[in-house]
Amino acid sequence: MIADIVFIGIVITTLVGAFMAVWLKNVFYNALSLILSLFGVACLFIYLNSEFLAIMEVIIYIGAIAVAIIFAIMLSKPSLLTEGKRSAAKTLRSLIIAGLLFFGLWLTLRRTTWPEAGVEGDYSIRAIGRALLTTNILPFEAVSLVLLVAIIGALLISSFNRYSEPEAKNLKNGIPASPADRLRSAHDDDAKQNDDTYSEGELGG
Amino acid sequence: MVSQSLQSYLLVSAALFSLGVFGLLSRRNLVAIVISLELILNSASINFLAFNKFCMHDKVTGQVFVIFIIALAAAEVCIGLSLILLLYKRKNSINIEEAKELKG
Repeated sequence: MIADIVFIGIVITTLVGAFMAVWLKNVFYNALSLILSLFGVACLFIYLNSEFLAIMEVIIYIGAIAVAIIFAIMLSKPSLLTEGKRSAAKTLRSLIIAGLLFFGLWLTLRRTTWPEAGVEGDYSIRAIGRALLTTNILPFEAVSLVLLVAIIGALLISSFNRYSEPEAKNLKNGIPASPADRLRSAHDDDAKQNDDTYSEGELGG
Repeated sequence: MVSQSLQSYLLVSAALFSLGVFGLLSRRNLVAIVISLELILNSASINFLAFNKFCMHDKVTGQVFVIFIIALAAAEVCIGLSLILLLYKRKNSINIEEAKELKG
C-alpha cells in the first residue's frame, strides 16, 4: 500500500519535471527540471528491480549529461537563450500531435494483452556482467567504439572553431556573401591586421 | 496494486514520450530540443525495463539493452552539444530557425 503511494508520488514528480523541462521558457530552468525528471526515472528503475541501472542513471544522466547541457548553456550567452513570444499556432500544432500520439499509445496499451511471466528472477549485477561479456560481447565492444568516435568527433568539431571564424564574418544573416564581398572583407581583415601590428609595433617601440 | 502492474509503467512512459515529442516540435532553442530528446530516450528505457520485469523469463536482457541506450545517449549528447556550440560561434545564436543555409 505504502509502495503504491510512493510510486504515485514518484510518477507525479517525473511528469511534472518533464512538463517543466519542455514548457518553461528559460533554458536553465529546463535543464534543472530535466534533472528532477531524471531522478524520478531513476526511482522508477528501482521499482522495476534494476538498482544497478538506477545508480547508472543518476551517475551518467545527472552527473554527466545534465552537467554537459548546463555547460553548453553557460558557454552561450544567457541573453540569447530566452526565447521570444511563443507562437500560439506552433504550440497548438505540437500539442495536437503530441496529444494524438499519447491517445494512440494509450489505446494500444488498453487493447493489448501482454504475455505474462513471473516477476521472480535473477536481476543481479553479476548476471548483467555475465550477459554483457558473453552473449552481448559484440554490441558491448561496438558501443565502446561508438563512444570513442563520439569523443574524438566532439573534440574535432569544437577545435575547428579557430579556422571557421573568418568564414562566419562573411555570412550576412545566414546567407553566404558573394565572392566579391568575401574578397573585400578578406582585404579589410588584412588591412586591419596590418594596422594592428603596426600600432603594436609602435607601442612596443 | 498500481506499482505492480505493467500498464502503469507503460502509461508513464507514454506520457513522458509525448511530452518529449511536444518539446521537440514546439521549442526553437537547440538546447531545449536536446533536453526533449533525453526525455524520449528515458521513456524508451522505462519501457525496456518494464517489459524486462513483467514479460521476460530472462531478467537480464532488458537491463543490458538499457545500458546500451545510456551509452548511446551520452555519445549523442556529446556530439550534439559540440555542434550546438559550433553553431553558436558561427551564428551567435542557438535558435533553430537561424540555421537555414540548407533551406531544408
